Amino acid sequence: MSEFITYLVTGIALGSSFALIGSGFVVVHRVTRVVNFAQGSLAVLGAMLSASLLAGRLPHVVGEMVTVVVCGLVGVLVGVVAIGKRGTPPLISLIVTLGVSMLFSAAIIWLWGQDPVSPPGLDGFTTILGAEVERQRLLVLVVTLVAFAGLSLFFSRTYLGKALTASASNPFAARLVGIDVRRMGLVAFGLSGVLGGLAGVLVAPSNALSFYSDLPMALGGFAAAVFGGLVSPLRTLVGGLGLGVAGQLTAGYLNGSYQTEVALLLMMVIMIARSRSFAHEEAK
Amino acid sequence: MLHITDLVVRYGSAVALDGVSLEVGRGEMVALVGPNGAGKSTLINTVSGMLEPASGSVVVEGTVAQVPEGRQMFPDMSVEDNLLLGGWSIRNRQLDEVFDLLPDLAGMRRRKAGRLSGGQQQMVAIGRALMARPDLLAIDELSLGLAPIVVDELAEHLRYLNAERGTAVLLVEQEVTLAFRLCARACVLEAGRVVVTGPSSELAESDAVRKAYFGDLAELADVEVSR
Repeated sequence: MSEFITYLVTGIALGSSFALIGSGFVVVHRVTRVVNFAQGSLAVLGAMLSASLLAGRLPHVVGEMVTVVVCGLVGVLVGVVAIGKRGTPPLISLIVTLGVSMLFSAAIIWLWGQDPVSPPGLDGFTTILGAEVERQRLLVLVVTLVAFAGLSLFFSRTYLGKALTASASNPFAARLVGIDVRRMGLVAFGLSGVLGGLAGVLVAPSNALSFYSDLPMALGGFAAAVFGGLVSPLRTLVGGLGLGVAGQLTAGYLNGSYQTEVALLLMMVIMIARSRSFAHEEAK
Repeated sequence: MLHITDLVVRYGSAVALDGVSLEVGRGEMVALVGPNGAGKSTLINTVSGMLEPASGSVVVEGTVAQVPEGRQMFPDMSVEDNLLLGGWSIRNRQLDEVFDLLPDLAGMRRRKAGRLSGGQQQMVAIGRALMARPDLLAIDELSLGLAPIVVDELAEHLRYLNAERGTAVLLVEQEVTLAFRLCARACVLEAGRVVVTGPSSELAESDAVRKAYFGDLAELADVEVSR
């Protein structure tokens, strides 16, 4: 039983990071129709940067917050490259984000090397139903829930959040009322950078990340985003948590190397199921 | 307050507007009529800045807001949020002014815009445009898909708005009777060119205009035009 609880909590923590990365995909896709494949790289950047800042004796919380802000700014830069030129089709922007992701990998190797990095996190363990659980993993879940609540409030209560929602809902009408839809796209990229950076900062103390972690992180996040139909942050959270738990249970009871395959398989099943439901709706 | 001079607008190699010139005075209501594909919506979209002219000029002395064809709601957002976003360009979040002019909107402020009837959505679209406190309201197809009684109510609101606030109106309208009834002056477009401009009363009585652009409209002879 305690083994199951450990896998469950570990899965929830990892799934939280998928949910954060996935919500970054969702935020960008809703506004720009672009799938930002540099999203996993931003999580890796977050891990590396926070490790360096904390090693440079910046206190906890401050180091993590600076990291998240920097990742947000880098996210805006990714946006400038991907959608900066007016009229760039979403498919071209997607290819650009793939290129940026490769560039990130090269830059991360150049700056931090190839070894996995794990910044210090919250020390100690807590006992839940007889299982020893790292406090850091519980922190990941709490921060993720707070982040999603904040995201929800941002979109529903703030003027900027409503403008972002409007840009996603009806870009023509948004332009008509004077909203600069391209600028909103850059705001969305910035927000996705913040979410990606936050995922990296939170997950790396428990799961060391290296330059090649970007693909599994991006795949996990994208699978969660697909579960949310690339439009719903809340369903992305559910998808991310489900994916994380499924992956950890697979790793614990079967084989750790199957984790990515589980993510891909789930993504494929969800996509097939969704395409059938879309076809059913169209038939109606 | 609106000065359009030798305006040319192209979609790729196709010419949508070919040397259009038009003036709208402060507080004036002008109808833009003509057959489908004449370039009316293109003209209104260029006036509101949604399209770039290939040549010529559009000068607006003041601010312009558009009520687009098909209403173009933010369907999953509330009426209140739709209205608030209308004031985005000037950061106007005062809904009371619009509720004073269109009191029905206050009662539906919490409802999702996508769930409203066509007439209610058109009222939201007008309210949303008013949030930008425009000097010129550019309306693309006021009556499209709406019941006559609803159109009459909206037309009354426009008259009131024009009289109370002095807001100028450029109205694109397929319903010629409505357009002439509401606007003292009209401009007839065909194939991207201005064919004739003049008082609605004169255009309504012009056999040439009626036969060439509106078919055999016996009803037009009896229409009460704005003078």
